[in-house]
Amino acid sequence: MTATFVGMPAFPEAARRALENAQQRHNLAHATGTIREKRASVVAEVDEWEGLRLAGAAIKDHTLRHLDDQLLALESALQERGATVHWARDADEACRIVADIAHAHDLDEVVKVKSMATQEIGLNEALAAEGIAAWETDLAELIVQLGDDLPSHILVPAIHRNRSEIREIFRTSMGEVGRPAPDALSDDPADLAAAARLHLREKFLRAKMAVSGANFAVAETGTLVVVESEGNGRMCLTLPEVLVSVVGIEKVVPTWQDLEVFMQLLPRSSTGERMNPYTSTWAGVVPDDGPQEVHVVLLDNGRTRALADEVGRQALRCIRCSACLNVCPVYERTGGHAYGSVYPGPIGAILNPLLRGVGVDEQTDSLPYASSLCGACFEACPVRIDIPSVLVELRGQVVDAHRGGLPKPEAVAMRGAAWVLSSGTRTARSERAAAFAGRLLDKMPGGRRQGERRVLGTIPVPGPGTAWSQTRDVPVPAKESFRAWWSRTDGGDEA
Amino acid sequence: MSARDDILAKVRAAVGEAPEVAAVPRDYRRPSQSSGEELLDRFVERVEDYRATVTRCAEGDVPRELERLLDGARRVVVPDGFPWSVPGGEPDEGKSAAELNDVDAVVTTSSVGIAETGTVVLSHGAGQGRRALSLVPDLHVCVIHTDQVVAGVNEAVGVLDPLRPQTWISGPSATSDIELSRVEGVHGPRTLHVLLVG
Amino acid sequence: MRVGLMITCINDALFPDTGRSVVRLLRRLGVDVEFPPGQTCCGQPMVNTGYFDEAVPMVRNFVDAFADYDYVVTPSGSCTGSARHQHELVARRSGDPGLVRAVEEVAPRVVELSEFLVDVLGVVDVGAYFPHQVTYHPTCHSLRMLGVGDRPTRLLEAVQGLRLVELPGAEQCCGFGGTFAVKNADTSVAMGFDKARHVLDSGAEVLVAGDNSCLLHIGGLLSRQRSGIRVMHLADVLASTEKDAGQTGATGPAKTEEKLP
Repeated sequence: MTATFVGMPAFPEAARRALENAQQRHNLAHATGTIREKRASVVAEVDEWEGLRLAGAAIKDHTLRHLDDQLLALESALQERGATVHWARDADEACRIVADIAHAHDLDEVVKVKSMATQEIGLNEALAAEGIAAWETDLAELIVQLGDDLPSHILVPAIHRNRSEIREIFRTSMGEVGRPAPDALSDDPADLAAAARLHLREKFLRAKMAVSGANFAVAETGTLVVVESEGNGRMCLTLPEVLVSVVGIEKVVPTWQDLEVFMQLLPRSSTGERMNPYTSTWAGVVPDDGPQEVHVVLLDNGRTRALADEVGRQALRCIRCSACLNVCPVYERTGGHAYGSVYPGPIGAILNPLLRGVGVDEQTDSLPYASSLCGACFEACPVRIDIPSVLVELRGQVVDAHRGGLPKPEAVAMRGAAWVLSSGTRTARSERAAAFAGRLLDKMPGGRRQGERRVLGTIPVPGPGTAWSQTRDVPVPAKESFRAWWSRTDGGDEA
Repeated sequence: MSARDDILAKVRAAVGEAPEVAAVPRDYRRPSQSSGEELLDRFVERVEDYRATVTRCAEGDVPRELERLLDGARRVVVPDGFPWSVPGGEPDEGKSAAELNDVDAVVTTSSVGIAETGTVVLSHGAGQGRRALSLVPDLHVCVIHTDQVVAGVNEAVGVLDPLRPQTWISGPSATSDIELSRVEGVHGPRTLHVLLVG
Repeated sequence: MRVGLMITCINDALFPDTGRSVVRLLRRLGVDVEFPPGQTCCGQPMVNTGYFDEAVPMVRNFVDAFADYDYVVTPSGSCTGSARHQHELVARRSGDPGLVRAVEEVAPRVVELSEFLVDVLGVVDVGAYFPHQVTYHPTCHSLRMLGVGDRPTRLLEAVQGLRLVELPGAEQCCGFGGTFAVKNADTSVAMGFDKARHVLDSGAEVLVAGDNSCLLHIGGLLSRQRSGIRVMHLADVLASTEKDAGQTGATGPAKTEEKLP
């Protein structure tokens, strides 16, 4: 994969371009609409859903509060069961560890289970630079990799592609890296899945090393959990001799029994199923079953920075279900690429700034504003991450990071407005001026009306007003404000 | 400072002073409403929802049902400790992945069934085989006793051993990666038959 | 019971008729509503854009203006949400314990119009008459932040002559989002067009909502398209009576503006 998010423009510009992609708009509206309905129906059949959400949030909060103890417990449980534990401060360290393990076995290829952590650290690119090919085996990841594309969704990275586009990608690219697509390949999803099965089967059978992530890591037992659908995960976790799992430090849960909560929340929230087809669990090395060399890389890469944020740390509860993406009206229209990260959508709009820090680059600083704060994400989140509140908090941090120095026009406008609006007298005075302008505008010849009121059409209003008036009519200020009417009529004769 | 110590130090700096969090509310654990036949009916209905098949039979009819369900499979692998004899069945004998790829079917027992979600769980002990056995062949016949079926996920997690490797199976291999529509049959067994005994 | 009207800055300058509708409606129901003149804006535009420090004096002004009322009624779900859920954050940030206490006192008394009518006054039929086909858009903050539920539609269903029709995709955001409408204007408009399309599909003559800010956005798009669909605040519909309909030929809401000099 040579495509990269590096150098992506800030969200408003990236979104503007994405909105022009008619095919993608159509694909996303269809796909998110489908998944929203499925999720709603399987969530509705669980009477204890709210109780499960509360428990899920509390388990994660408890874990995060005691993360040092939990990580140490996990480490010793894993070591006791024959696994090697590595710690990685950042992406470079994590990639180095994985590459060194491959080199130690003199390997030039690995198979991969879909994993957000390995995408986040750019593992495939790092391995490629070391002469090691990393084959993605999840169907959507395969589509993205073969199409030299970027992921646009946490669960379904190729959600922006429809069946006929996928057929084209398979026909064009499969043969370059292995078994070609059958000549008579149709765009029937079952046919496309069958082509992926044949293409990948030879890779599974010869693979010596696999790289995975983990959905959960149980501190008390060292049990790792991978939740999947296709069986590619089982192939990778079972057939190779060496298994390396890159696990974010926030993936720990304290006890095995705690999984009862997440194994109910995750499948229903992500694919809208009562249970995903396959879940694999393993604790270290299992004698005579599966990989006999097992590594676990515990990854920080900004998580401790997010953990230090009192409001934002709740983002580390995230179990990567992508329910927030599927219900987000912004995501539905812009798609995932506009967020410039492997973590798109509402969770990406908070997670990226929390992991990277604000005030450093414009793209990251634009993400907390990529939301109308409608709250649909919070409602859907299985671990009750209050995404709108975190977005607002991060907006505050972005503004504060730019205080001092020459203020931006927006900051000047906000300060001016705040000065006027912190006094009833000043507000009344400014409204009288606006009403005067409204009366003048009303007397201008021509123009149109919305009901009784004269509207401003495409009259160019300076500054941000243009962004509004290009597409939306706006009524001119009322001839008399409510405040002025009340004071003139002493509360009026309304009866 | 090692990466380990560095990360642990940052964690402590981040939350060391944070207030203690509230205890985990466990109100979601409510006793199951259904039991007995109702529970089994739900299990059957939910497994079939994934387009797997479920056959119920008495203990004595298992060999006959296995023969019927395996009809058409040329080569069948049978894990060590599988309690019924399967005519023509081959023992595992540490077959390589490539060898398993030439096998058509596998029969296994299982550890737990979950009615609420239509799931069977293998913990890969005697009769269930190592993980690769129930993965590579294209047809999986899975035997479960009625007394192994529990109501929901809470109960299942409670009886499973976290130190054993586990595979939770809910229907045949599937994907929703193309337009988020579910399609059965990718890398795992494309056909799943569940034989419910008792 | 002392009831203060929180007009909101948008209604004050752009939609004073909605304020007058609230006054007329409440007086009809026997509530002597007052208008504290010191009030300005709840500060939501600043808070939601990240200017917390700038919002501090506005929150202080807000609690001063409404300190003496049993209820603060406002024709805006969004501004109710701001007062009930965001003022505390701003007050804590100010480091002024007096302001924190004042917010804790005032914030719970702020209620959105439909909440006040249904929960406080206990009325559903407010004696309104509005012989039109209407659809209702549940604005995000009233729906999800306040949880007003079916209160607005129960009020509308009780209006004589009104036919309420379903709005497809009703619960999806219209794309206004305050400064979002300007900072991410393209995405905002893409969302707004879909909302406008659903309004057209509903077959309604009038789109009703509890926030004039969202209606400014959706109505601006509907007007630009010459759609022939009016937008009206819930208060304007509930204030309408048979007498108003007679005056205006049963075509629209009370035209209070005509009474102005």
